[in-house]
Amino acid sequence: MQKRLLLNSKHLSITISRLCHQLIENHLVFENTVLIGLQPKGVFLAERIKSKLEEIIKKPIQLGYLDITFYRDDFRRRDEPLTPNETKVPFIIEDKNVILIDDVLYTGRSVKSAMDAMSAFGRPAKVEFLTLIDRIHTRHLPVEANYVGKQVNTVFSQKVLVELTEQGKKEDKIWLIDKSK
Amino acid sequence: MSQLSSKHLLGIKDLTKDDIQLIFETADNFKDVINRPIKKVPSLRDITIANVFFENSTRTKLSFELAEKRLSADVINFSSSGSSVKKGETLLDTVNNILAMKVDMIVMRHSSPGAPHFLSKHIKANIVNAGDGTHEHPTQALLDAYSMRERVGDLEGKNIAIIGDIIHSRVALSNIFALQKLGANIMICGPATLVPKYMSSFGVKVVSDVRQALEWCDVANILRIQLERQQIKYFPSLREYSLYFGVNKALLDSLNKEIVIMHPGPINRGVEITSDVADSHHSIILDQVENGVATRMAVLYLLAGTKP
Repeated sequence: MQKRLLLNSKHLSITISRLCHQLIENHLVFENTVLIGLQPKGVFLAERIKSKLEEIIKKPIQLGYLDITFYRDDFRRRDEPLTPNETKVPFIIEDKNVILIDDVLYTGRSVKSAMDAMSAFGRPAKVEFLTLIDRIHTRHLPVEANYVGKQVNTVFSQKVLVELTEQGKKEDKIWLIDKSK
Repeated sequence: MSQLSSKHLLGIKDLTKDDIQLIFETADNFKDVINRPIKKVPSLRDITIANVFFENSTRTKLSFELAEKRLSADVINFSSSGSSVKKGETLLDTVNNILAMKVDMIVMRHSSPGAPHFLSKHIKANIVNAGDGTHEHPTQALLDAYSMRERVGDLEGKNIAIIGDIIHSRVALSNIFALQKLGANIMICGPATLVPKYMSSFGVKVVSDVRQALEWCDVANILRIQLERQQIKYFPSLREYSLYFGVNKALLDSLNKEIVIMHPGPINRGVEITSDVADSHHSIILDQVENGVATRMAVLYLLAGTKP
């Protein structure tokens, strides 16, 4: 197994800062825009983005958590059912601009499931997708992110491991792991 | 743990404490789902479920059907009245015919205790026991315990009284198994003729004074008098039963304590429970109904997730 560091703590902080400025370019003061982090790890990233945005624009921003377990298309294709996480969308998304946030974009199936799950809360005006790591050439569905932290060329035998301090890790580290070596 | 220890739900007796906790945690998520504007998830969209009811049922059947539809399963319903069963077809033949239509799960109610256990030995589909005679009614016990936990918190060490017609009740037995697995203390209360002699062998207290039971308990689960199962008279009259074992507002007020009142329904108003109790702030009867859909969704989801 071979590990390559994609982002360290400092790079992650710069990347989040850049993503926030890109979001502000398009959404200005976030009057009609909400953030939704995908459970489990997209939530940590979404929380960081929310606090950075609030620090810059000096206004509160609405954030929800979305669990996609019941909307996945691989139910019964796994050995056992997945354990769901909490969904908490304490606002109306009808006619809002929604920014879905996840840590890694891989096959695109999670994003598709997230859009299905999100539609249970109303019909948004527009949906955008933000990801920290975009694994290119691994897509099963025609899904692209609007905001990308870092693009990485990977193959299916590789895995992106996101370690954040919120998970009890000493420092933030994003790894590319090659399981075949 | 994200999987049940069994591919069927035949009775609470077969479940572990971890199984029950997993069902509760999953039900928490489904309760959230059924309170959203769109109350449906696509999890079971490629699953067909047959509700096979050899005995009359309204709320259990409706609750299962709604749970199945909320999970996007395809649903077929079978009831024995006016069916091939009346023409002499065996249980196994009936069910095998239904399974030949590519059904994945069977939810079955039967008047004979052990009928779903028998079936589970002969067919591949997942089976959920929706009540087998006077034996078990596992999903009712799950939704009861879930509703109690929601109201009074962790059931470890809590005092639960089960009051009424115990001998004819499948709910009582499943409740005892579930609550004991969750660490609750149980008291059974009813007329001696309606409490089986073997009850104390389950390690539960048995009393015949309803006031004593209510003074002792945090939660009172009051059961219906099942007149349809009584071929002989177990007590002189409904009026007398109501006088000695009925729970009314005056009795509750005289206790001067907070108590949670439950009833699996349908209620014989004025017999085992009066209207002013059934509709009071003590009562969580309608929460039980709502939680029934969520817990049944959890059971179906967890069983369907197991590869057949």
